[in-house]
Amino acid sequence: MEHLAMHISNGIIDGPVAAIFAVIALAAMALCVQRGRQHLDDRLAPMAGLVAAFIFAVQMINFPIFTAGISGHLLGGALAALLVGPWVGALCVAVVLTVQALVFGDGGVAMLGLNITNLAIIGTAAAYLLIVALLRVLPRTPAGLAVTAFVSALVSVVAAAMGFVLQYQLGGAVDLGDNIAGLAGTIAGTHLLIGIGEGLITAMTVLTVAKTRPDLVYALRARGPVASTPIPAVGGAR
Amino acid sequence: MGAGHTQLLYHCSDSPVHRLPPEVKIAAMVAFTLAVVATPREALWAFGGYAVLVAVVTAVARVRPGWLLRRSLIELPFVLFAFALPFLGAGERTELLGLSVSVDGLYGAWNVLAKGTLGVLASLLLAATTTTRDLIIGLDRLRCPQLLTQIAAFMLRYLEVLVGEVRRMRVARLSRGDDPRFVWQLRGFAIGVGALFLRAYERGERVYLAMLSRGYTGRMPQVWQGAEAATSGQWLVASTVPAVAAGVAATALVLT
Repeated sequence: MEHLAMHISNGIIDGPVAAIFAVIALAAMALCVQRGRQHLDDRLAPMAGLVAAFIFAVQMINFPIFTAGISGHLLGGALAALLVGPWVGALCVAVVLTVQALVFGDGGVAMLGLNITNLAIIGTAAAYLLIVALLRVLPRTPAGLAVTAFVSALVSVVAAAMGFVLQYQLGGAVDLGDNIAGLAGTIAGTHLLIGIGEGLITAMTVLTVAKTRPDLVYALRARGPVASTPIPAVGGAR
Repeated sequence: MGAGHTQLLYHCSDSPVHRLPPEVKIAAMVAFTLAVVATPREALWAFGGYAVLVAVVTAVARVRPGWLLRRSLIELPFVLFAFALPFLGAGERTELLGLSVSVDGLYGAWNVLAKGTLGVLASLLLAATTTTRDLIIGLDRLRCPQLLTQIAAFMLRYLEVLVGEVRRMRVARLSRGDDPRFVWQLRGFAIGVGALFLRAYERGERVYLAMLSRGYTGRMPQVWQGAEAATSGQWLVASTVPAVAAGVAATALVLT
């Protein structure tokens, strides 16, 4: 089975709603660029590019779930929020989505604003708010970090799916009447299952990184204005 | 997955469509898609017109129709969604093959099928006739914020490197007796993903330092944008497709 489109394709949501969400997505991305620059200054382009390539590569690795026929892959939104922070994370997911729409036909070009809102903005924001809250409550142990990663990844997948339900309610192709609750239930159910897998892998991945390079896990760094990790500036050029 | 994956969809060939500058093709593709999405779904004939346009461009670009159709299977989940709509839709109902279905749902299913398929075909045609490198240059010339095009360029440039690392790590894992099956592979997979992140991030730092030592000041040099931009003649040629599509959409809007 080849790569399947899991992003909203053209014609599912009507034009005006898609346009509204395109404006929202654009504004949010501008904010992400600004905050990302504060964090990484002129390192932003190469670092965010490599992180985006990482997300893209991870999404390309399919692993068989039961047999070779049914396979899944990691979405990586919560993982990006944990490792590089919400701003750079959302920016990278948005770039991945744009390239997927332009080059692979995965997600309609006219629906790009909707897809970026769901996966890059809602998904990352939900994950990051939970990460901040849970890390404050849970003990600072590997187990605490694992629980945080699992829960935030699970919730971010379901929250992104609920973003689609909301958009469908606002401007779906067909008025489903009372059946919208059924649609919400079906989508929430399937994404709960996807989210459990996503949560397990995210937790184990973050633990691996935290064990070797804890300084690279954004969520574990001191809060407040993050001191950019010192990179020896060559000859002071900057 | 494999070598050259990022160019997987590019069909190396020499056709009038391949020769058009990338920014022209991107603008034409987006304009065409917007015209299709803006068309009222009751105007069935309009979608026939769009399909003819796509077929003409496919022929001019010398892309094999079979390849195009096979790749468009990517849309399958949404086709399934479309098939559910007539049964879930509210409002007026009608009989079809002995089943009670919603009229609104039928139109909605058609809407998703037609617009989705035309959108996928248009993106695939763009991908088949434009290398990813040209695509980035095109976006840059269309005044896409440079930071975003830079991130996208780095992403595409290093994607194959990272995919190659994933493959080598998997081979290393297998040759050390790992048995990746079902849930037992999750641990190995996750550790691999963690290692991949470390390698990607550290590579990013090395790339940045290498750029810095070659005079990087936060902007890409002009050379990066490649050869000269599109001429007005090329814009005119490429605009025929979206212009016809816009005409069809406008007619459909007036008639319905």
